[in-house]
Amino acid sequence: MSKVFRRIYTYKFLLPAAIVYFVIFIVPTAMSFFFSLTRWTLSDWDFIGLQNFITFFQEPSLSIGFKNTFIYAVVTCSLKVVGGLLLGVLLTSKLRTKSYLRSVVFFPTLVSTIAVGIAFSMMMHPTTGLINTTLARLGIEGPDWLGDTSIALLSVAFVDVWKGIGFATVIYIAGILSIPEEYYEALQIDGGNGWNKFWNIVVPLSRPATNSVIILAFIGGLRSFDLIWAMTKGGPGFATDVIASIIYKQYQGGFYGLATAGNVILFVFVAALAFPLSRYLSRQEVDL
Amino acid sequence: MSRSVRKWMLEAAAVLASVVLFWVPLYFVVLTAMKSAREASLMNLEWPSEVQLWQNIKEVVAVRDHMLLRAFWNSSVLTVLSIAATVVVCSMAAFVMQRRQDRASPWIGFFVLAGLIIPPAIVPTIWVLNELHLFKTMTGLVLIEVALGFPFCVLLYRSFMATIPREIDEAAVVDGYGGYRLFFTILFPLLQPVTATVIVTQAVAIFNDFTNPLYFFPGAKNATVQLTLYNFTSQFVSQYNLLFTNILLITLPPLVLFLFFNKKIVAGMTAGSIKG
Repeated sequence: MSKVFRRIYTYKFLLPAAIVYFVIFIVPTAMSFFFSLTRWTLSDWDFIGLQNFITFFQEPSLSIGFKNTFIYAVVTCSLKVVGGLLLGVLLTSKLRTKSYLRSVVFFPTLVSTIAVGIAFSMMMHPTTGLINTTLARLGIEGPDWLGDTSIALLSVAFVDVWKGIGFATVIYIAGILSIPEEYYEALQIDGGNGWNKFWNIVVPLSRPATNSVIILAFIGGLRSFDLIWAMTKGGPGFATDVIASIIYKQYQGGFYGLATAGNVILFVFVAALAFPLSRYLSRQEVDL
Repeated sequence: MSRSVRKWMLEAAAVLASVVLFWVPLYFVVLTAMKSAREASLMNLEWPSEVQLWQNIKEVVAVRDHMLLRAFWNSSVLTVLSIAATVVVCSMAAFVMQRRQDRASPWIGFFVLAGLIIPPAIVPTIWVLNELHLFKTMTGLVLIEVALGFPFCVLLYRSFMATIPREIDEAAVVDGYGGYRLFFTILFPLLQPVTATVIVTQAVAIFNDFTNPLYFFPGAKNATVQLTLYNFTSQFVSQYNLLFTNILLITLPPLVLFLFFNKKIVAGMTAGSIKG
């Protein structure tokens, strides 16, 4: 690059972004490693070593967060992948109501998560909620969706999928539409059926879309907080507590060091799962 | 069964599913917002004996000394300021990031990607804001939104910048343009399509943001629309009609955006993700 262009493309353009990003994001992230080792009141801190982390792993009400976070991320992510792919196929086929259906599937993505959470927790009310009264009319006794500790997490995950599947679908639609027409023509010459088209062409060739959906949905699932908080506040008991909601609870309780330790754990958790996953997925893509 | 019949049935099933899964919840929200408190508490799909939507709106707006109006004002200010700052800051950064390749480039790319993946550290961020006297201030929250939106937006801008030929820069330099004039008078206007995408996607994200105002903008005076809605859940335990009126009111702005910019939003979201 010539000297003139080095002056034209000066790093001064990067400076405002760099300052904001550094001060607001990088510095707190770096500081979190230190403050997670302290008992902390914002104005004052005591160094207590790994005590916060030990508490996190030993206290059942805290360590349940690992399991729940993982389950929540896996369930929402896999449902979004499968559902998004199927909806993507459906919404790229020749339907008359295609654009209507696309809008309907996508719209929940834009609605406030809190609003969705409140509306669904009303509908999931065990006795008067819309879901169970409808089931009762069909002669089925519906469970206590959000009150039963064994299914509460899954109920919230279902609402998460309802809200987020439009995004996955849109990515799949873009991926499926970018598959060259020749593949379908070749399949027709070879006499393949609809199943072959789906399994041998659409699934492997929309692989980049699948990878994006997996990564985005999985990371989103690991970090999710607002929907869970709006619907159950981590309850009943600690049945739907994830790491992010535990961080908020500890923050509210004034345990800043412990909350920060939670942040560090979430950081490590996300990084340890997301980086290898993305590397694995991108390697698969090359092999294709 | 012939192909066309099967296709017709598939389509009918899809439309039916869309009605059950989408229109029924929406209908439920609208219906409840129109009812009296007593009828709303039944949580059913029956038509209200008396439609009192307007009365509910007036009532919910008046709650806690017109808190909702203040929340709408706060959310609007937050959204507009954050987007304005994001557009300027991210487009400038993307310009250099895309045009200039040197030893620093991989590092910059690494930090940007890290920002997409890593959750922000909450209490240390509060601590930093506190040290800067920006905690519980609009300025502080705007900075948060800009910093956390930066990785996504800068990637959008960067991939669009790559489609603008470098010859334009060279011609401008020959004509004696400096960096700032080149960027602000020639390149920035060319970025208009992606700027529109950034504005629309960020508008939805920031207007709907709950977590960041919850942590970094506490206090009754500071409420944003999502926080008000959340706070009302405890106040309106026996007044679901008002709660749902509130839901309806704060869903309107994104709905309007959706009606006008549907394509733009979808384009932006896919552009950001497919390239990864």
